[in-house]
Formats: sequence, C-alpha cells, structure tokens
Amino acid sequence: MTSGPQTPDTSPRLRGDVDARSASGDGAMLTVEHPKDAPHPDPLTSKSDISDLDKSVSDRTRVNPSSVASGQREKKLSAPLGLLAELTHRCPLGCPYCSNPLALDPRSDELDTATWARVFREAAGLGVLQVHLSGGEPAARRDLPEIVKSVRDAGLYSNLITSAVGLNADGLRKLADAGLDHVQISIQDSEEASADHIAGYKGASARKRALATEVVKLGLPLTINVVVHRANIARVEPMVDMALSLGASRVEIAHVQYYGWALKNRAALMPTRAQVEDAVRAVEHLRAAHRGHIVIDAVVPDYYARFPKPCVGGWGRRSLNVTPAGKVLPCHAAEVIPGLEFWNVRGHSLAEIWRASPAFNAFRGDDWMQEPCRSCALKEKDFGGCRCQAFMLTGDARNADPVCHLSPHHTLVEELASERADDAYSYRHLSASKSRDVKEPVHSGLQAED
Amino acid sequence: MEAAVADDAKPRLPRGVRLTHNEAQGGWVLLAPERVFKADTITVEILKRCTGEATVAAIVDELAQTFAGAPRERIHGDVVALLAGLKEKKLLEV
Repeated sequence: MTSGPQTPDTSPRLRGDVDARSASGDGAMLTVEHPKDAPHPDPLTSKSDISDLDKSVSDRTRVNPSSVASGQREKKLSAPLGLLAELTHRCPLGCPYCSNPLALDPRSDELDTATWARVFREAAGLGVLQVHLSGGEPAARRDLPEIVKSVRDAGLYSNLITSAVGLNADGLRKLADAGLDHVQISIQDSEEASADHIAGYKGASARKRALATEVVKLGLPLTINVVVHRANIARVEPMVDMALSLGASRVEIAHVQYYGWALKNRAALMPTRAQVEDAVRAVEHLRAAHRGHIVIDAVVPDYYARFPKPCVGGWGRRSLNVTPAGKVLPCHAAEVIPGLEFWNVRGHSLAEIWRASPAFNAFRGDDWMQEPCRSCALKEKDFGGCRCQAFMLTGDARNADPVCHLSPHHTLVEELASERADDAYSYRHLSASKSRDVKEPVHSGLQAED
Repeated sequence: MEAAVADDAKPRLPRGVRLTHNEAQGGWVLLAPERVFKADTITVEILKRCTGEATVAAIVDELAQTFAGAPRERIHGDVVALLAGLKEKKLLEV
C-alpha cells in the first residue's frame, strides 16, 4: 500500500475495504504479521501456527541490485520486522530447555550501551519495528534502562523478555519510565516446587508472581510464557489460569524446541505423543473458553509434527538476532551450522550485514534446496523448515527439516521422540563468578560444568 | 464475538499498542505485544480518533462528515465491527 494516511475518495470504498477483510475472518481491516519467531526468554524457535500470516511481507519485497552472493541471480530482500537483542548470556536461572548455545559469551565480550543504541538506530533504518530485549537475563545488565530508552529513541517498540529474577519493582519502574512497551515473563510451572526445580532456583516462582503483579500495576501489557515439556505438560490449564490470575493479556504455550541446552536434555524433557495430544486439545479448549480475555499463542511440538515450522519466517527474511558479543545471526541457533560466516556489528553496519553477510545469504531463496523441498508446493510457505534442525539431525543443513514427513530422515525424528529417560537435568550454566552483578543469591541446585 | 461496542464508549489504544508510520514497511502499522498489524488508510483514520476522549458516536459523525457520501449507518457498522475485533484481540480499550 502507499504510505501516508491519504483520505479515501469514495464512500463505497470505505465500506468495501471493511467488508473484504472482515470476510477473511480476521475481524478487521488489518493484515496480521508476526515480526519474530525466535525471541523467548527460554528461547524457542518458531510458532508454526501463525506462520502463514505474513503475506504482505513478500508483497513488499524488492529487487536489490547490489545483491552480493557471487554468481547468483538477484535476490529479493525483504525488510526485517524484528530484532532479537541478546543483551547478555548471564542468567540466574538454569532452565534445562534453554536454547542458548552451550558455549556462552562471557560478560567481558558484551557490547556496550552506545553500540546497542547504534544497532537500534540502524535497525530502524532497515525497517525493523520491534526489538526483543532478551538474553540470558537482560536485567543482569545495569544499563538496561538506558538500553530501553535507546530503543524508544530509535522509534522502535520494546519488548522485555525476562525471567523476573534480578528485577525488582524499582527497576521495573525505571524501565517503564524509559518507554518500555511490553513485558514477557516466563513461568516454569503452576506448582511452585516443580517450577523452582525446573528453573534450578529456589524462590524463582514467588519472584515471578511478584514482578508480574508490578507489571500489571504499572499498566504495562504482560505476556506469560510457559515452556512445556514432560514435567509440566499435564498442567497447561492451571498454567493458563495462573496467567489469567496474574493479569496477563497474552500467554504463550511453547513446547520445547530442541536446540542448545534443550537438545542436551532432550531425553529428560521429551513428552509422549499422548501427552502432546492432550496438551494441544487443552490449548484449543482454553482458547475458546477465554476468547476476548486473554490471547493464547502456541508453539507446536516439533518432533510430533507432520510438517516443519517455517523457522524464523524464512532464513534472512524477517528477523535478526544479535548475540551479546555483537555477532548477527539469522536465528539464535545458527552458529551450530558449520562453515557459516557471521559478521559482527563491531565491524559492519546492520544494513550491510542484512544485505551481504554470507551467513544471511546462505539459505535465502531456494537455490540451496534439495529434494523433497525443491519441487514441493509448500516451499514458499515453510521454507523447508529449520536449517539448524536439518543439520543437527541429518548432518546437512540443506536437507529438509526431518520433522517433515516427506523427509527421508523422518523416521529418525520418530525414534528420537521415543527416547525418554528420567535423567537429572543438565542445568544451563554460565559460571557464577561472571554472573555476580545479578543481585540475587547464588542458587542452590545448580551444578557447575566448567 | 464480544458484545458490540457501545455508542457512548470512548475507545483508546492501551499502553503497549501503538500506531506508527514506517517507510521501509510501506506505511502505517499497529505495534502490539509480539504482533505487528499493517493498517490500511481507513483503519488509520479510525484509530487516530481513538484517543480515549471521543465517543464512538462522535468518531462516526466525524467520519461521516469527512467521507461525505457514505451513509452514516454503514460507517457506524464498519467502525463498530473494527473496534470490536480489535477489542477481542486486546488491541483496544473501550
């Protein structure tokens, strides 16, 4: 569409527009887009159930004459919608399903306040609309209020993705005053003892409830994020009830996606197919029951799917991920794929990176695709699924995501889903000596691994 | 669907929902928690009037004046349908 609030000329058009869009069942004259798939406190990868809603993104693609990839035809570059800023890998919690990489960036390598501010200005120039402040625990950074302000100053929407541990009412107020738009708090379970066990932090659950109350008191919109796995999957309903009672306007029911620490803990986290089916039914029921009161978004359980998720809305199409040390990734797990060259905001502008970095161009378009993706009618819709998962499970990032039932490796996923072991969690851990400026007691139940 | 939006309601965008113009994204967008909506010109005209001060009836009157030719009743129906849809998505306070 053209820019600017031009006055429509004729009355029939006024009515026509409304009717046309309403008929689509979307309720209004709006096109729905989801700018990010990755960002989660306990990061997951993508929401398959909302993926087909970004039609207008492809409508807006343009030919970029200075396209870099050598020898390739001109590529259409879309403008990114979301930027996941991993401000730090430090985190007081040890959630075993964390999808941060096993090798975490130390504090000494973290980008400074001014560099983040520049990154946000450059992101705005590229078309990014929303910034997701994540980590690790973003509140582990003392300059978080300045960072939030710099997001706002760049004209962007700021979303804080927090564990709520390490952030008190005063700290939250400073963020609200700095222009914070939205807060997302993760909860681990509706049962306190189980929640604290999963987080590897005694007292975490109580802190989360307390901060959620403060968020609502300040008038900020609150999302409760629940990561679902074998230990809590039976309690989807009480967890949504908990979100409602905390005053959340939105809840994310996110089945674990197996990257990073979650992959390491896969056998301890994996639910059964029957449990997954019950949970999916519970979500459908809850959506209907609470329609208009709370928005329920769901991240589907990958390993039990027939079709893959359109991971991050397509590689290098909609989002950017900046690591604590400034590396820019097409998705937060991308570093597991060997041979990709990532560029750093310390050496390049974000626009250069988006347009020309080898990692971003590696899986754009469909030149890289193999069968069964190449000739598949769904390739524009799911982009062959997740490159990282394809690599991790089949050894080749160009393969179809084996979650797809058309993949020759699909039986492997079924086998892996059936591997369950009641092992103790291997808690995600960044050594405590580097995490001390999180003003919280060092928790028990966390085993050092380094 | 929730009950229709009343004529004397004073709709407004809640905190965390913002209407903004972005050249690179090709126009007006409504930013909300974890969601972005592209707003067409009519939506923008309506949302700009959702200040928390104007009533639905007043908004409809003004639109009827601005877009002379459209019957007020139809504009009313369209506005209420839009606002009710937004309210259900938690994008509007009424």
